[in-house]
Amino acid sequence: MTSIDRSLAASGPTRADIRARQAAKPPRRRLSWGDPFTRGLIYQAGLAILLALGIHALYSNVSENLQRQNIATGFSFLEQLARFNIGESPIPYSASDTYGRALLVGVLNTLRVAAVAIVFATVLGVAAGVARASRNVVISTLAGTYVELARNVPIILHVLLWSSIIRNLPPPRQAHDLLGIGFISNRGLTVPLPGFGTSGGTIMIALGVAVLSAFAAARLARRYGERTGRYVEPIVPALAVLVALPLLTWLVTGAQFTPDIPQRRGFGFTGGLTLSPEFFALAIGLTIYTGAFIAEIVRGGIQAVPKGQVEAARALGLHPFSIMTRIVLPQALRVIVPPLSSQFLSLTKNSSLGVIIGYPELVNIGNTVMNQTGQAMEMVTIMMLIYFTLSLITSLLMNFYNSRVALKGR
Amino acid sequence: MANTLQPLVSGRRNALDWWLRERVWPSPFHILLSFATLALVVPICVKIANWAIFDAVFVSTGPESCRDAVGACWAVIAEKHRVILFGLYPFDEQWRPTLAVAIYLITVIVTLTPRFWSLRLLVPLWTIAVFVIGALMYGGIGPLRIVPTTEWGGLALTMIMFSGTVILGFPIAVLLALGRRSHLALLRSVSVVLIETLRGVPLITILFVAVNVFPLFLPAGTNVDKLLRVTIGIAIFFACYQAETIRGGLQAVPEGQYEAAKALGLRYWQMTGRIILPQALRIAFPAIMNHVIAAMKNTSFVMIIGLFDILTATTAVMQDPVWRKYYVEAYTFAGFVYFAFGFALSIYARLMERRMNKGYVS
Amino acid sequence: MRFAFGFAGAIAALLCTAILPAEAGQGDTLKAIRERGEVLCGAHPGRYGFAAPDDKGRWSGFEVDLCRALGAAIFGSGEKVRFVALSSQQRFPAIQAGEVDVLARNTTATLTRDTALGLNFSPPVFYTGLGFMVRKDAGVKTVEDLNGATICMAPGSTTEQAVARLFTQHGLKYTPIVIENNKELASAYVAGRCDALAKDRDALPGVRMYDAPQPEEHVILEGTFSKEPLALAVRHGDDQWYDIVKWVMYGLMEAEENKVSQANVDEMTKSKDPYVQDLLGVTGDYGPKLGLDKKWLYWVVKSVGNYGDIYERHFGDKTKLPLPRGHNKLWTEGGLLYGLPVK
Repeated sequence: MTSIDRSLAASGPTRADIRARQAAKPPRRRLSWGDPFTRGLIYQAGLAILLALGIHALYSNVSENLQRQNIATGFSFLEQLARFNIGESPIPYSASDTYGRALLVGVLNTLRVAAVAIVFATVLGVAAGVARASRNVVISTLAGTYVELARNVPIILHVLLWSSIIRNLPPPRQAHDLLGIGFISNRGLTVPLPGFGTSGGTIMIALGVAVLSAFAAARLARRYGERTGRYVEPIVPALAVLVALPLLTWLVTGAQFTPDIPQRRGFGFTGGLTLSPEFFALAIGLTIYTGAFIAEIVRGGIQAVPKGQVEAARALGLHPFSIMTRIVLPQALRVIVPPLSSQFLSLTKNSSLGVIIGYPELVNIGNTVMNQTGQAMEMVTIMMLIYFTLSLITSLLMNFYNSRVALKGR
Repeated sequence: MANTLQPLVSGRRNALDWWLRERVWPSPFHILLSFATLALVVPICVKIANWAIFDAVFVSTGPESCRDAVGACWAVIAEKHRVILFGLYPFDEQWRPTLAVAIYLITVIVTLTPRFWSLRLLVPLWTIAVFVIGALMYGGIGPLRIVPTTEWGGLALTMIMFSGTVILGFPIAVLLALGRRSHLALLRSVSVVLIETLRGVPLITILFVAVNVFPLFLPAGTNVDKLLRVTIGIAIFFACYQAETIRGGLQAVPEGQYEAAKALGLRYWQMTGRIILPQALRIAFPAIMNHVIAAMKNTSFVMIIGLFDILTATTAVMQDPVWRKYYVEAYTFAGFVYFAFGFALSIYARLMERRMNKGYVS
Repeated sequence: MRFAFGFAGAIAALLCTAILPAEAGQGDTLKAIRERGEVLCGAHPGRYGFAAPDDKGRWSGFEVDLCRALGAAIFGSGEKVRFVALSSQQRFPAIQAGEVDVLARNTTATLTRDTALGLNFSPPVFYTGLGFMVRKDAGVKTVEDLNGATICMAPGSTTEQAVARLFTQHGLKYTPIVIENNKELASAYVAGRCDALAKDRDALPGVRMYDAPQPEEHVILEGTFSKEPLALAVRHGDDQWYDIVKWVMYGLMEAEENKVSQANVDEMTKSKDPYVQDLLGVTGDYGPKLGLDKKWLYWVVKSVGNYGDIYERHFGDKTKLPLPRGHNKLWTEGGLLYGLPVK
């Protein structure tokens, strides 16, 4: 979807709309076919009757079919025991939990892979988009090749290809060693988890405080710049706070360092954090595919910034990096954010492709539940409702962010 | 490339000079960047070229053809091309889908040629093409034996689903877009609910509805072909996205056009069909083409519900333990087919966009 | 615009032709099958010995022959059957929606499926149970050795539940990888994504032979770990069709028990045994009670043979992968097959 049509779609009813609505109300109303108002009423009544008949027909067909074949209905199956296991779950789950909890695991797995892929796709997309808009012909050609190759191939193919590649990596016994602390094999990527002994909790609190203080520091820097005229990149003090505070805490609490380094054992590895091949394949596939679309959006946004802005900044002697971060990107964001949100949404929806490679996300689990209970209608409804809710929440968040970056009258 | 300045001095030499100066080495930093990138990319490109072309095996001489190959084993495609193109369609009858695909391609080329853009030509053409292709594929007429849709497959199936999606979906999209802008409150809300709901859910769930749930909606004693149910499902999904782009186009038509049409005493359908829609579709053309390309890629989702499209057919290559190793080749080939169609369509879209915008200010 | 409406009409007409009448109530299935001229049989897309199409698209296998037996009982020919390949996920919606008349697709008969899924099961036609295949070099000998293993299995199968139960009983841990597409599943195991492949035990030799590049590197674990009685399924609501499916299956068993085989069926019509005469429709009116021809079972045995013939053809000693009959022997020989009397 291009930025143009998005912005068109986003703008509310135009004057033509309103005019058309006003035109539909003539001064005098007569009960005749020639009168647009009456005609409208008749059309609507017709539509209402059709709708009611349609819904009634569907309902009676469904209930008759279900009754005749004696197929179970209702949502009570959600409380039955699932009796099947799930490969990876962010929350405790076992075969003696309910179908409802199994579905919750599915939702969380969907969110997990979507969140990771959104972050990486955004990074990749912004980089490729900036590269594609670059003056440097080597860089822009390279980025262009990536974008055209990635977005003209179905997402399902991306996911299948990565899944095959990872599955054909060597088995755990011959796993590729990553600097002696991690492994990559056909069981996925195993990385060490940092551990800080007994001070872990304190450091987490310090990190939380640091995040909040970083915002404050950035704000102070901006104020300082406005007051004194000496400009300080707000990111510099923010980063300093973000790094320094947890580091200090760590030193003060005794500089304990007890990382959890994975070891080969039994069928695989113990210790560390293992990202399953399915998670990995799905995340990479989604990142590369969506990244290409985001790149196009970013490029469109950058090119929508008037050339005069860049030229003026250059004339002022700003560093090219500052031109990009201070002049171009903030203005481009206004064009970028609305279509970007629709890309995030479609990424979340595309994560349902986990079902073909065996990643236990919502559709995969739903598929199993549907099969064990036979209640396809209820299960499909539940899946649709969940995705629809996720879409709504994402739209709301992005609308909120959009209102922050949108042009403010000063 | 908007951040570039147009050369002020004309002349070939100067243009080249400008291009080198502006695009290749605008600054020492860029020279460094270019060389670093090239140093990284060129070896990879050479490796890929060696793998894909120079060290590759193209001709199949049976399962042993690729035993000593260093590069790609395209022989797997040569060996399995029948399955990839036609899926499980009965082997002896495969001239039928071949002919059908040929007729289809000719029809599409005619449709994409602006010279033939007239409803008087295209509508009968497509009507005939749809019936001929349907008769060829399904059979049951004259000496052609019936081949049920469960046996259709491969590239032929992908094309049928894709064109089915566009042919069925586009009129629905136009109606939904008009419905959403209608002054009839009920019609408007029905359109909004349909569009927003379906845009909020993944295509897979719609396919699940088409395959698992829809049969329950039918009165006892009727049944709709699965391929048709699935195609309608993808078409409605396509229509909901397309409706939004068309609505964007409708909103961009200057209101003077509406007023002028009304002043001439045109009725709603006359105004919409002859004045507003042609302009709206022209404005929204690039976005419309984007969704058409997306629709082609979306047909690949039928793999999940067990239809044998080109992607499923290609993965079926891996069913054969002898050829299982060559999954990268098989996926590359399938990817290339989608890429070729998608890229061709997007180039076509760009050309048409330029052509259509001739004589317009915007 | 007029043309556009014409086109829409043409398309609509085309769509209408695709809406086929399906069967619903009592006796409608048989009527629909007769009108159509063939039985629609939901089959496994490819399980060695049970069902698979060859290069030319002709289906063969144990379950395929059971469907052909139904075709023979109705039309007198085992060729009047069309097979629809169904994944484990699609099989129940397909039978519920009437896309197929009968499901002969490695389906375990369970209470939930019999009730909540709206199905009726024929008598079990194949007794099997959960089995595991592992790589030889993993050194796995018993289920206990599988502790901590990653196990590949198909979704929506009874396998998923059986594995969960088995490992809970033994207090063991495992990670399931659930992949629907059969070939994706096999290739995930072969590529080493999983330590073990869990499937019906009798399906594993086929996977080892045809999906693994080096079959000798894989072993099938000793033992059967669950009860999986495979049966044919029809949908609720048509008792006559259910009766036909049920009694054709019993008929196959009764034919074997009474030594009526494909080879001797014509001679056996001259048999003095009144029960054999009844079976083959020389005397008695059992076919018409089912709504079939009097010689229904004669045609079945003539076309596909008795149960033993079918088993020999696909799992017998002369096949590439013989399977011992085990529980699938007649009750008279110590097995579980017990045909009810055709009387």
